[in-house]
Amino acid sequence: MNVNTLLQLLQSSIAFGTIIMFGAVGEIITEKSGNLNLGIPGVMYMGAIASLIGVFFYEKNVENPIPIVCVIIAILCAFLAAALGGLLFSFLTITLRANQNVTGLTLTIFGSGVANFFGGMLNGFAGGVGQIRVETTSKAFMAKLPFLSDLGIVGKAIFSYGWLVYVAIAIAILAQWYMNKTRSGLNLRAVGENPATADAAGINVTVYRYLATCIGTGIAGLGGLYYVMDYTKGTWANDGTMENLGWLAVALVIFAIWRPKNAIWGAYLFGLLFWVYLYIPGLSRKTLELFNMLPYVVTIIVLIFTSLRKKRENQPPNGLGLAYFREDR
Amino acid sequence: MNNDLAVLLKDITKTFGKKVVANKDVTLGIKKGEILSLLGENGSGKTTLMNMLAGIYYPDSGHIFVDVNDSGLNEVSISSPKDAYALGIGMIHQHFKLVDVFTAVENVALGLDKSIAFNKKQIAQDIKAICDKYGFKVDPNKKVYNMSVSEKQTLEIVKALYRGANILILDEPTAVLTPQETDMLFAVMRNMKEDGKSIIIITHKLNEVLEISDRVSILRKGEYVGTVDTKEASVEILTEMMVGQKVTLEIDRKEPQNTKPRLIVSNLTCVNKYGVKALDDVSFIANSGEILGIAGISGSGQKELLEAIAGLQETASGSSIKYVTPENETDIVQLIGKNALQIKNLGVALSFVPEDRLGMGLVGSMGMSDNMMLRSYRKGFVFTERKGPKNLANKVKDELEVVTPSITTPVRKLSGGNVQKVLVGREIAAAPTVLMTAYAVRGLDVNTSYTIYNLLNEQKEKGVAVIYVGEDLDVLLALADRILVLCDGKLNGIVDARTTTKEEIGLLMTHLREEEKIDG
Repeated sequence: MNVNTLLQLLQSSIAFGTIIMFGAVGEIITEKSGNLNLGIPGVMYMGAIASLIGVFFYEKNVENPIPIVCVIIAILCAFLAAALGGLLFSFLTITLRANQNVTGLTLTIFGSGVANFFGGMLNGFAGGVGQIRVETTSKAFMAKLPFLSDLGIVGKAIFSYGWLVYVAIAIAILAQWYMNKTRSGLNLRAVGENPATADAAGINVTVYRYLATCIGTGIAGLGGLYYVMDYTKGTWANDGTMENLGWLAVALVIFAIWRPKNAIWGAYLFGLLFWVYLYIPGLSRKTLELFNMLPYVVTIIVLIFTSLRKKRENQPPNGLGLAYFREDR
Repeated sequence: MNNDLAVLLKDITKTFGKKVVANKDVTLGIKKGEILSLLGENGSGKTTLMNMLAGIYYPDSGHIFVDVNDSGLNEVSISSPKDAYALGIGMIHQHFKLVDVFTAVENVALGLDKSIAFNKKQIAQDIKAICDKYGFKVDPNKKVYNMSVSEKQTLEIVKALYRGANILILDEPTAVLTPQETDMLFAVMRNMKEDGKSIIIITHKLNEVLEISDRVSILRKGEYVGTVDTKEASVEILTEMMVGQKVTLEIDRKEPQNTKPRLIVSNLTCVNKYGVKALDDVSFIANSGEILGIAGISGSGQKELLEAIAGLQETASGSSIKYVTPENETDIVQLIGKNALQIKNLGVALSFVPEDRLGMGLVGSMGMSDNMMLRSYRKGFVFTERKGPKNLANKVKDELEVVTPSITTPVRKLSGGNVQKVLVGREIAAAPTVLMTAYAVRGLDVNTSYTIYNLLNEQKEKGVAVIYVGEDLDVLLALADRILVLCDGKLNGIVDARTTTKEEIGLLMTHLREEEKIDG
């Protein structure tokens, strides 16, 4: 294996790692509030298709689309559409106290259905070719740092990505800081650990759960945005990859033991494990499936270790998956 | 101490669901700078009343005033714990409201919205200042899950004080403490009182009431009975106010016929998860053809006692529960060290109606028929035998007049009384020789309660040894033949239900006899 193939592996790992990271950091924020949202793949789909629709109509109706406007429209559409999924989830599980697992899975199915429905419709608009392409927006998202990415191997390894890659890292660091250093972050963790205690301390459990879930899904939606704008270069093609990445994000939350900073390197590791089969010689179609399950295997191993060590800080939030009602007796 | 009131509760009423009245027209005042004891039996509504002051519950009707003095009243509405803190009211709940994975500092900082970033050092210093002032000991950086019960309680009090609480409510604070820890708690309570804080202590331990408080207010069955100055109170006066006048019930109680020892319990000791003895060296005999009532403040070991007999509770070494087989009285079976299934396989016909009907007794989402099957699911080869349970369900439905659309309707949809009928019906149908019931009529209306009493009496007349754990003393006096009183996990006396008085039982429930011997 030479340097170039290694570089390729690294680049594709970081690309997929970024999508997983957005999903995982969003889900960590959600889970820290006590909501277990299995709808992450669904909201990623919703974020992806909403951003595509938004910029498609903008690019179609304006003669000379301005890149910065494209970017703003795409981000807003992706974030809001995904957050809308989160709002739906919150309404069902917090206000109506529906079962979180069932609601989350439903959201995943719903999101992928909505996205594929509108995706097919969009491709219909494109006419003969059968595939739309939002070129200006995609270019704006794929813009690289001009000089650094030319700096040989190192420059390519670190700086040759669209800027959303760095946004993902920034959000993860920000989330880590928020949870551990701010009062509001402390309150959020308390809501997920022990809602009754948080409530007695004067924290509005409902507001925290709604906000954490909506913001968390919004961030996850940016993963979908990165997928369509950068990875597939502004087109819609569904082969189920986004759903796989969404589930990996949910697994990564456990792998990262609910800490955003661990999600950074964990996401790249998952990305690497996702692609590594391409670079191992002599794999047949059957054996490569074994490699595809690697991320899940390491998640199970982490689960076994954290359960065995029983360190309280490494356990899931105590109130995860449970609805809260003050006057329950 | 002056006569200005820190808080006045006026005509407070709170109900849960349609039937359960937790508080009815309660009026209660707390003076500034006093320690007030709130005394009452279980279910007398003490905690519910205080929860309304702390913003956990909201009253159905009534008014709450703060800072009541000659110049006027100041009505407030407390709809959340945040409102309560804003008024300087802090409650230390019986089940601590602390986040286990947080340090003391983080728990104290919780929910306070001051700055974005929080200064852990500053809070640690503030905690230390509070500790020095009142004589607490708290390690600011210790995680809660590493703390002892007493440390957690101290942290709760510090947390309330840090939020500027001037009125502190302590819900049974001594229930989980050792005598030494209790003395320390009382010392800091006196320090806080010196500092002008008002303290309400919810308790049912009379000696503590007399030791710590300035005044005592008594609740009974959700209603306010009265308030006395501790100086003028005595154990006898308080007991009488707590248990009230005797109410005669029309329960048809026959004299026990040809009673024989059925269960011989000796030196039974159980240790709970905190390492405290929930049951301490309890010995008694339950006879066939007799109802043995068990009285005690809740949490005195009743649950452990029944579960130990049923094989659901670990017991300390030296404990012994012997079952005398009805057919052959020389055949004696030791039940200790066997689980419920092993006990059943030995041919011991034990029936247990647990306190938690839908949690331990029945499966809420299954119908009557399937619930009947829980006792016979091992019957049948490969496939379950359904006909028997179905017939039994129909029989129970008809005989006990269970109101249900059909025997397949999930039992959680039935009313509390009907759920209890299903459970009791099933347990009695198993033809037990020992029938244990825990709070069998809790939450039931009068008619259903009488149905249950009659069923228990029928069983007694059939020669079953019935053990009835109850909370209503009037019922215990009218239903049981003998009453065993537990106090703090110890057996504090067995009395004849026909000759004893409510006061005698009330006293046994709240006052360990050994202590009396030392006092006098």
